Amino acid sequence: MEQYGEYLLAEAQAKAFVEFQRVQKSYDGEILVVKDLNLAMPRGEFLTLLGPSGSGKTTCLMMLAGFETATHGDIMLDGISINNIPPHKRGIGMVFQNYALFPHMTVAENLAFPLEVRKIPKSEREAKVKRVLEMVQMGQFGGRRPAQLSGGQQQRVALARALVFEAELVLMDEPLGALDKQLREHMQFEIKRIANNLGITVVYVTHDQTEALTMSDRVAVFDDGRIQQLAPPDELYESPQNSFVAQFIGENNTLEGVVKEIANGVALVQLDGGGLIDCNPVNVSKAGERTRVSIRPERVEFKKERLQPGAHTLTAEVLEFIYMGDIFRTRLRVAGNDDFIVKTRNAPDQVRLEPGAQIEIGWLPSDCHALDA
Amino acid sequence: MSYTDDNGPMMTMDGKPLKRSLAIALRRQKVRALLLISPLLIFVLFTFLFPIASMLFRSVENDIVSEILPKTVVALHSWDAESGELPDEIVYSAFAGDLQRAAKAKDHTRVGLRLNYEKSGMASLFKKTARQAKKWDLEADTSFKAKLIETHKGWADIAVWQTLKTHSSRYTSGYFLNSIDMRKTVSGPEFQPEDRQILVTLFKRTLIISLVITMSCILLSYPVAWLLANLPMRQANLLMILVLLPFWTSLLVRTSAWKVMLQQQGVINDLLVALGMIEETGRLALINNQLGTVIAMTHILLPFMILPMYSVMQSIPPTYLRAAKSLGATNWTAFWRIYFPQSVPGIGAGSILVFILSIGYYITPEIVGGNKGVFISNRIAYHIFQSMNWGLAAALGTILLVAVLILYWAYDKIVGIDNVKLGG
Repeated sequence: MEQYGEYLLAEAQAKAFVEFQRVQKSYDGEILVVKDLNLAMPRGEFLTLLGPSGSGKTTCLMMLAGFETATHGDIMLDGISINNIPPHKRGIGMVFQNYALFPHMTVAENLAFPLEVRKIPKSEREAKVKRVLEMVQMGQFGGRRPAQLSGGQQQRVALARALVFEAELVLMDEPLGALDKQLREHMQFEIKRIANNLGITVVYVTHDQTEALTMSDRVAVFDDGRIQQLAPPDELYESPQNSFVAQFIGENNTLEGVVKEIANGVALVQLDGGGLIDCNPVNVSKAGERTRVSIRPERVEFKKERLQPGAHTLTAEVLEFIYMGDIFRTRLRVAGNDDFIVKTRNAPDQVRLEPGAQIEIGWLPSDCHALDA
Repeated sequence: MSYTDDNGPMMTMDGKPLKRSLAIALRRQKVRALLLISPLLIFVLFTFLFPIASMLFRSVENDIVSEILPKTVVALHSWDAESGELPDEIVYSAFAGDLQRAAKAKDHTRVGLRLNYEKSGMASLFKKTARQAKKWDLEADTSFKAKLIETHKGWADIAVWQTLKTHSSRYTSGYFLNSIDMRKTVSGPEFQPEDRQILVTLFKRTLIISLVITMSCILLSYPVAWLLANLPMRQANLLMILVLLPFWTSLLVRTSAWKVMLQQQGVINDLLVALGMIEETGRLALINNQLGTVIAMTHILLPFMILPMYSVMQSIPPTYLRAAKSLGATNWTAFWRIYFPQSVPGIGAGSILVFILSIGYYITPEIVGGNKGVFISNRIAYHIFQSMNWGLAAALGTILLVAVLILYWAYDKIVGIDNVKLGG
């Protein structure tokens, strides 16, 4: 996605706050962990680096924080190259994966630490600590030790500590990984709210795609040391640029086939398992190319009245029906694929498909993306 | 599940009190646990705790005089030791009876030896007198006072009788007084003559040198432990073997090696002379003094400091340092404010180990310490093996044990024993 990076670079050059310019990173001189990273972030953006483990996202964050040095390229903060600035002079707030709250200090001492090393007078220090504690709703906990706090409370303190010295850029390395699902969802909302209120720029690393979608202004999907796609969440979900992104973000049905023709912005694909479908050509350009077609489970239609007249449809056999409360999840066999999922909302008039039934399925060509094989 | 009466105790389904059922259920577990530890418990009890207790008891036990000379002890009660006059005939005749019986039972040497600790010459006095005493006819003879003084003029010395009376009680504080360079006299405790005062100096020296050894162990171990905890696995393992290697070498071999290194014609002095850093005539005295003890013992005790430090440091995640730096702390501030306080429990554990071990060390000071570098334990060994004054040895040992316990208590008060980590 080099062109994409360059395009963004040009567009965002003037207002960029954080910039990676052709950054490469190798630990052993043989393998590149980060391959040619170009990224520009405007001030105030909430950007998430999303990717499987080993995709290079944490390395990027550590390079930005100053704990790893870039093997090649420049990292710019507010127009200045920070490659040779040591971490303690960068003024970047950071929330660590397991919080890294200093166990021998109280919450208040933890929060005062960054102010102390900046030689801020005591009275001002206390006022700031108090204010930031209020902000994360931990007002009464200043005298406690980190070990006396629950995971969620520690998380709040860690966040407060990264904010207390008024850093404009805050980095978060999978900060919610250790929390249970409910608390995680609550904290996602909290972090987003505080970031918005303060107008800070956030670079957030996670491998949880739901978290990335719900919190971010933009998401950078990492794989194999490159940004596979950098886009706002809705664009990422609805228009994935390649099959990795389609697979990684959300649930996805994949069918393989060969492009038969491309006309009027619609590609006709001959599926390997039999059947013809209309698709939106994303990265196929000519007839004869192999392609992997991606359709979201909730965009699949099977009711006669909702299928588009004249559009291509496929025959499917119902294999399994799973009741999940808010939705129904139905597994179909489509064009030789046994794992084709259809999700339907649990509405009063919803049809519950019986296993064994033969049905016709279809979708809008714009919902079906012909991606790289 | 349990049922509760309106206000009675909790009951099981069968109506038995819940507490009793629980106790029965737990008893089997307790018995099994006890059975599992009993072999070790019995072993420790018979080979360690009893001997130590009996040894400690010897520091106050003093039944030799009252057992072997019972009538004399009773008769001496009415004698005023401070009157400046010799005891009267009653005491002498009681003593003659006691001595004759002791001589026949060959017990007189024991009393003589015991009293010789307190006043030199007592052993030979008893030996010589006992030889004569066997011939006396207790019924017919009179005036034992004259007889005894005639046998040996020592019996005309008031000090002899004063010593006898002072040390005739079944229990004595005499050994403890001896331990702190004092002695028991008829007029109460008083200091030993200057030339016999040595033990307090030795105690002080033991404490000070042990502190010096502990400090130098901390200084040398901290960087090594830090390296061990922060190096990659392979190098750390290699370094660990280097740390443990001396641990697996015999103590005597290591100490003797130091002797070779440090003596005046030894490796270090030779090297310094060869390099021209010191004159041939000005070879350094590195051994047979306190410096030798400090050098050799620091080396020997190093692993005891490194290992607890390492295990604590290993449990400090590196993210703390990163967090501190990201918050604006320089390398030094991050280390001093964040890393060091968390490593203190390791320093504490190592210091306690090294200090307690060195305070009771014996072999190394004996070999490399010379006269100036020996410890109190060397004196204890002397009293056990050479002077045979076990009572004094026991008293010295007791004082050492109590000193260690007090230090341990003080450490607990200041640092908190919960903060000591030996592993994990």
